[in-house]
Amino acid sequence: MRTVTVVGASLAGLYAARELRAQGFDGRLVIIGDERHRPYDRPPLSKDFLAGRADEAQLALSDAEESTELDAEWHLGVRARGLDARGRTVLLDGGRTISTDGVVIATGACARRLAGDDLAGVHTLRTLDDARALRAELTRGPRRIVVIGGGFIGAETASSCAALGHDVTVVEAAALPLVPQLGPRMAAVCAALHLRGGVALVTGTGVAGLRGSGGGGTSLPAVTGVRLSDGRVLDADVVIVGIGATPNTGWLAGSTLALHDGVLCDDGCATALPQVVAVGDVARVGGTRAEHWTSATEQPRVAVRNLLAGRTVATGRSLPYFWSDQYGARIQFAGRRHDSDTVRIVEGGIEEDGPAEGGFLALYERDGRTTAVLSVDRPRPFTRVRRELARSELLVAPTARL
Amino acid sequence: MIPVCRLEDLPEGESVRVDTTPPVAVFHAEGELYAIDDTCTHQDASLSEGWLEGCLVECPLHAASFDLRTGLPTCLPARRPVRTHRVTVDDGMIHVHLAAEEGTAA
Ligand SMILES: Cc1cc2nc3c(=O)[nH]c(=O)nc-3n(C[C@H](O)[C@H](O)[C@H](O)COP(=O)(O)OP(=O)(O)OC[C@H]3O[C@@H](n4cnc5c(N)ncnc54)[C@H](O)[C@@H]3O)c2cc1C
Ligand code: FES
Repeated sequence: MRTVTVVGASLAGLYAARELRAQGFDGRLVIIGDERHRPYDRPPLSKDFLAGRADEAQLALSDAEESTELDAEWHLGVRARGLDARGRTVLLDGGRTISTDGVVIATGACARRLAGDDLAGVHTLRTLDDARALRAELTRGPRRIVVIGGGFIGAETASSCAALGHDVTVVEAAALPLVPQLGPRMAAVCAALHLRGGVALVTGTGVAGLRGSGGGGTSLPAVTGVRLSDGRVLDADVVIVGIGATPNTGWLAGSTLALHDGVLCDDGCATALPQVVAVGDVARVGGTRAEHWTSATEQPRVAVRNLLAGRTVATGRSLPYFWSDQYGARIQFAGRRHDSDTVRIVEGGIEEDGPAEGGFLALYERDGRTTAVLSVDRPRPFTRVRRELARSELLVAPTARL
Repeated sequence: MIPVCRLEDLPEGESVRVDTTPPVAVFHAEGELYAIDDTCTHQDASLSEGWLEGCLVECPLHAASFDLRTGLPTCLPARRPVRTHRVTVDDGMIHVHLAAEEGTAA
């Protein structure tokens, strides 16, 4: 392979570029990213960056020294608009094309929006530009903030806003947030953190629409409230829409790749075209699409190996792992949980209003086996179980997955 | 020189966090005592809560690994070393000598 093009210049794209060089690729390496910024880390955007505890320099994923080592051709602020049927030509906005022998798709995901959310004061939180805009708004004095969506990003954003002294309400359509991720019992424990942090949680009602006023000429009307489907209206100066992310596959519409909530890949991140692989939030690897930092950093190793081999010689569905920091608590989860699993607290405890002082460790179990682990502020025993889970998965994997 | 704990209270394979500013982590690994800055150079996690394997400690948040002998990271996402500090045992008591105070920011 003489040229490899990485599309998407963020976490998974950077790790893929590193892997290409680490695995001996010494040809032309092209990296295309539609954001103007050098690769930066997203998890702090809703946490320390929003709360003002970390600055932009701390978000950088790489430095000048590494950039020199990578010896890549960076095209930043440039969107890829298409991939030809054979996967050999990447078409860029503005009409330029790049002929390439290999392609790594790492275009990630973008924040889902709400119909009619085109009002001043309405934000999403996916990019550095999003976070800058929101942070600027949060420093303009106390605001009434409604966060739509009680998932991890919504909860972290609410927590950071509350820490800055704003009046915050989280609206969640389901009866409890985070049930799909944690199951009902542990979801209830985490939901309690909102109240502890002084944030109101409204559940079981969707959002019917946003209210705005003013505007005209070149300025947008400003948001004034959120209309709930049960008829209530929550007054708001700032609304943050945190209702999930959609994989960025639009640019691949004209390609021959199979797209279905992500780019369809085998267990080795390879698509139906042997010289095209996909990694990170955009990739549906062996049937699942993760939106986790760790998957985006682990998949590139296997993907690049297969790309350079020209076929799938390695597979690796790593154990899902994610963490979340909210209201001073560090939540860590690893494993594959099922709704029928039982949950057992094995260390620490929970109280009516959330985790006990010092946190807890909970195991999800099925047929006497541990399937997943959840920890609040218990990193050490969490790591032990996480490693055991990863090891046992390796042991059962060959037979279970073929 | 900062007292940490008694040697018998830090068995092989264990670690303890010392609440200095910045905090320090002391490890008993492979028959030796090591002290490094407790806060991971990647983001905000306590290395005294990390996973010890030989002379390497793995960060409990994103699994960067540091060599206790040198403070150097052995894998991503950390790219900068942690400082190492000298450890002594006097009369069964473990002490840490902060690198900054000794003028040897290792
Ligand atoms: C606020 C926030 C907090 C998070 N917190 C956590 C956490 O605590 N724990 C955790 O495990 N995960 C967390 N995540 C998820 C984690 O950040 C993602 O899993 C990770 O960023 C995925 O990396 P990626 O490179 O696949 O995709 P992305 O980071 O989405 O990067 C894709 C890049 O490709 C670019 N791109 C898209 N389309 C094109 C195109 N056509 N042409 C060129 N470039 C394109 C995008 O602009 C973007 O720069 C968080 C995410 C966010 C947004
Ligand atoms: S905080 Fe230690 S690896 Fe990220």
